[in-house]
Amino acid sequence: MHKESEIRYPLILGNKTYHQITEDVCAPVEGRANKLWYMAFTVAVITAIWGLGCITYTIGRGIGVWGLNTTIDWAWDITNFVWWVGIGHAGTLISAVLLLFRQKWRMAINRSAEAMTIFAVMMAALFPGIHMGRIWMAYWVFPIPNQFGSLWVNFNSPLLWDVFAISTYFSVSLVFWYIGLIPDFATIRDRATRRGPRAVYSILSFGWSGKIKQWIRFEEVSLVLAGLATPLVFSVHSIVSMDFATSVIPGWHTTIFPPYFVAGAIFSGFAMVQTLLITARKVVSLESYITRKHIEYMNIVIVITGSMVGVAYLTELFIAYYSGVEFEQYAFLNRATGPYWWAYASMMTCNVVTPLLFFFEKVRKNIVASFIISIFVNIGMWFERFVIIVTSLHRDYIPANWTLFHPTFVDIGIFIGTIGIFFVLFLLYARTFPVLALNELKSILKSSGDNYKNKKH
Amino acid sequence: MSSSLKLYGLYDDDGILSDGARVLVGKGIKVNEVYSPFPIHGIERIVGVKWTRIAIAAFLYGLTGAVLSVVGLWYFMILDWPMDIGGKPNNYFVQNMAAFVPILFEFTVLCAAHGMALTYFIRNWTLPGVSAKNPHPRTTDDHFAIEIIPSDNSKFSKEDLEGILKETGTVEVFEK
Repeated sequence: MHKESEIRYPLILGNKTYHQITEDVCAPVEGRANKLWYMAFTVAVITAIWGLGCITYTIGRGIGVWGLNTTIDWAWDITNFVWWVGIGHAGTLISAVLLLFRQKWRMAINRSAEAMTIFAVMMAALFPGIHMGRIWMAYWVFPIPNQFGSLWVNFNSPLLWDVFAISTYFSVSLVFWYIGLIPDFATIRDRATRRGPRAVYSILSFGWSGKIKQWIRFEEVSLVLAGLATPLVFSVHSIVSMDFATSVIPGWHTTIFPPYFVAGAIFSGFAMVQTLLITARKVVSLESYITRKHIEYMNIVIVITGSMVGVAYLTELFIAYYSGVEFEQYAFLNRATGPYWWAYASMMTCNVVTPLLFFFEKVRKNIVASFIISIFVNIGMWFERFVIIVTSLHRDYIPANWTLFHPTFVDIGIFIGTIGIFFVLFLLYARTFPVLALNELKSILKSSGDNYKNKKH
Repeated sequence: MSSSLKLYGLYDDDGILSDGARVLVGKGIKVNEVYSPFPIHGIERIVGVKWTRIAIAAFLYGLTGAVLSVVGLWYFMILDWPMDIGGKPNNYFVQNMAAFVPILFEFTVLCAAHGMALTYFIRNWTLPGVSAKNPHPRTTDDHFAIEIIPSDNSKFSKEDLEGILKETGTVEVFEK
């Protein structure tokens, strides 16, 4: 059994028993969806269809339908890619890194955070796919024998590292998530009264029985996968940052990028988890499990990583000045004071200033404030990627090439559309999957449950 | 026919089950299996189930991945089609190693994780379409079951076994 200090806050509130945990978590799966869910789902589906339409249009006509030009050849596509990959960092951080650090509060949020990770990485992977132009040739990114003789992909290229990093990250996160889900699907299977759901959950639960050896292997696999996924979390965004950092574009060519991107990814990922879970705990009444304390813990992660991002912004500015390279200096001066000053200002306000409010305990523990700040961070982190990508490109070495980026309706449609697809997936997940890790929560009930903790006194 | 039936003691608390299992093992009864909705730490030592070696398997899969990626990268980039970028050809693996590190790492992790996951599914026999073996639907909710095979414990009559099980604080004893 787990041991826990008396002074730690209980992680499961209320008078819960093992059975009550099952009831609470299975309720959204077994019950009917309310009007709010249907409304949200309808909006998400419409947005998703719009996005899919824009994607189809892009594939049919080519990426000329985007606002790209010869100077700005990467814009919203890669901005959105990096934004989504960043969001996809919190899930595995919560389930892997916090598992290694034995942080029990992760148990209430890891399942949904991982679902979010998987859906976000799917959205991210879409962008390089369609950005390549001929998506039906996408398999060319893999080193497979081909009709061109000894022609292989370039293993020296960060873009190829990205292919390996994202596919490894996605598939390992998916397996990690699913292995955790199996015992919980078994719970739903054994509770199902109707034949249809029982058959579906039987297949999904892979015939899980909960034998001793199965549980031993389960725990061992979780631990080893956590150990493997931890360096993955840090490597993926480091490699994404190398797409920029290994180039010779002023504004991209900086060695600070890998740690700065990783901190930013965790920052934005936690903000998205916060946005989703503050809503979800209310909609499916899981306030006893995702408590104010959980939200506070996440806010602490947000303020720490947000401060790291802030330090990185300032370091970048200083190093640009200190380098003595006028192109580098101009790139940063232009970011802050050029035609895109408003994007830079939004980034600074949303990412550096607003999260600092979390240093006040009152704000950190306030759910409405947490929700609003998390939205700010989501917006700010999108602007960060926009600033890095577009402002570094729009004024290159030849002033005759200087231009601005104007997104077309297709750019906007695809971006908003991926948010729609993401929410379609997440809303379906929330209705059909156990949104909390049942088996893990039950294993900490006796050490971290409110009722058990109070009994000891 | 009754010899093929298994005896189950159902508990509503993991602590009581662990104590019960200790009593049963103390009396020389072989506990065949325990079904629980979450891992009961320490139960494997009580009933004598060995710890898994799946972590070693994961290491070996990782090693395989590392070797495969070294061989692959050497073949693609050094032997088959050495690139000459800016007059700096990559003739030797070691010289080009730094650029290979990300993929070496990713592929090692990929093989270790997926190899281990597949081993996990096969050794556990948890695959799509396999039917569950838990004796009672509530052993995935809030109940815990001990499984005893009477023929393995021929020293005791079935009634004795039932009696001993009941004394350990079961909520129900049943045959299946």
